[in-house]
Amino acid sequence: MRIVLPEALRELAGGRAVVEMGVRHSVGGVLGALNASHPGLYDRLMTEQGALRPHVNIFVDGENIRFTGGLGTRVGAGSEIFVLPAISGG
Amino acid sequence: MRPARLVSAPVPDSLQRVVGGIAQKMPNDVENDDGDVEMKTSTGFTVSAGETVLLLGTTKGAFVGRARDGGGWELDGPHFPGEEVYAMAYDGRTGRSRLWAAPGSPFWGTTLRFSDDFGGSWSGKDERPVRFPEDSELSLKRIWQIRPGSEAEPDVIRLGVEPACLFESRDAGDSWQPVEGLLNHPHRERWQPGAGGLCLHTIVGDGEPGGRMMIAISAAGAYRSDDGGATWEARNHGVRAEFLPDKHPEFGQCVHKIAHHPSNPGRLFLQNHWGLYRSEDWGDSWVDIANGVPSDFGFAMAMHPGDPDTVYIVPIESDGFRCTPDAKLRVYRTRDGGASWHPLTEGLPQENAYETVLRDALATLAPGQVFFGTRSGKVYASRDDGDSWELVRDGLPPVVCVKACVA
Repeated sequence: MRIVLPEALRELAGGRAVVEMGVRHSVGGVLGALNASHPGLYDRLMTEQGALRPHVNIFVDGENIRFTGGLGTRVGAGSEIFVLPAISGG
Repeated sequence: MRPARLVSAPVPDSLQRVVGGIAQKMPNDVENDDGDVEMKTSTGFTVSAGETVLLLGTTKGAFVGRARDGGGWELDGPHFPGEEVYAMAYDGRTGRSRLWAAPGSPFWGTTLRFSDDFGGSWSGKDERPVRFPEDSELSLKRIWQIRPGSEAEPDVIRLGVEPACLFESRDAGDSWQPVEGLLNHPHRERWQPGAGGLCLHTIVGDGEPGGRMMIAISAAGAYRSDDGGATWEARNHGVRAEFLPDKHPEFGQCVHKIAHHPSNPGRLFLQNHWGLYRSEDWGDSWVDIANGVPSDFGFAMAMHPGDPDTVYIVPIESDGFRCTPDAKLRVYRTRDGGASWHPLTEGLPQENAYETVLRDALATLAPGQVFFGTRSGKVYASRDDGDSWELVRDGLPPVVCVKACVA
């Protein structure tokens, strides 16, 4: 299970573009594990209220989790999880 | 991280105050063959005690400036490239020499970072010490103001944030707590955001621990506490809310900035979203002082550091056309507490200047220095109370925060 990070967040993962994770069953579970291993990185994705930041998108195997069950989206051992900023801002 | 430019320089006596009043070693310091302490910075920027330092926050990073020997200015940056920096501050109390900055991103959120070597290095990017409690159901969007307390409370620092709240540290910034009296204020559910968001952007006080404070929120208005922040009451009597059916509500005004002078703390000046006001009673009542200005709309306002009758503003044409009136970049100054205002233009463009100076982009520093930055990325400085101006830099990203300090 791999989390692929955008350039802006790699410094918070020791410079790595990919964080390898043990198997979890949902995106929420993956993020919970990320909070334990990389709290600074987790804080960039989630608000202090545990919600995905409004301009952050997470894709699981090519699908945006906003359309596949949010943090409850199921993941498997081979899942690839992409973190991407939304196309907005200037 | 951008590539570091490393330089080494002996620490002169004049710099020793900068590193804490004694020749203490910084994390990046090394000893040379002669045993002298050298300070390495990642920027090649050294600042001597007594120098004027300029802090510039922009929508794409921060810059630190110093006056160059023989004239002109030297800027270092961008720090936090790509991140917006709406708040910066200098804490020089009790031998400290600490810069604060609040870099943030609409994508990845906002944090608070400090530097003890004028930007050579910054505290960790992964620390996020300013957090709303879970039961508040609020999430930090942006830090708008960083305000070190008075000399009488040397470990107190306050933050004004969005969504509107005050955070306070009593350990010089190690930990932060929301001020409960504002967090749980009964008016909160009826506060409405201005165009910039529901931001608490201004903090003034009498400097006494447990004393009187006033804060300003767009667009909730001014609130005052007489008990060190435990309780807060709206203080907007006389200030109009042009954009509401009731022009004089108890709260809901869109105050853009409040200025005061420590030698006369009961007197306050207020730049409103339409309206220019003065209070002589700590905000219990406000009177209109828009005497001789081309527009009473504007954002920025700053107090002269040595004269409680002298205030600076930069009028803006209107909320619909947020540019300087008549395409002239003019700072206005009163020397009589608002009885009259006069334009300051020497060195400023007087044609084709469609400029905007935002609420925290105007600063003063003793003895007679005034600085401001524009949304078009220009920074100007005056060393003679605003009588004449020099261009510090053009072509920066939009400037949203200007602070000046003496190292």
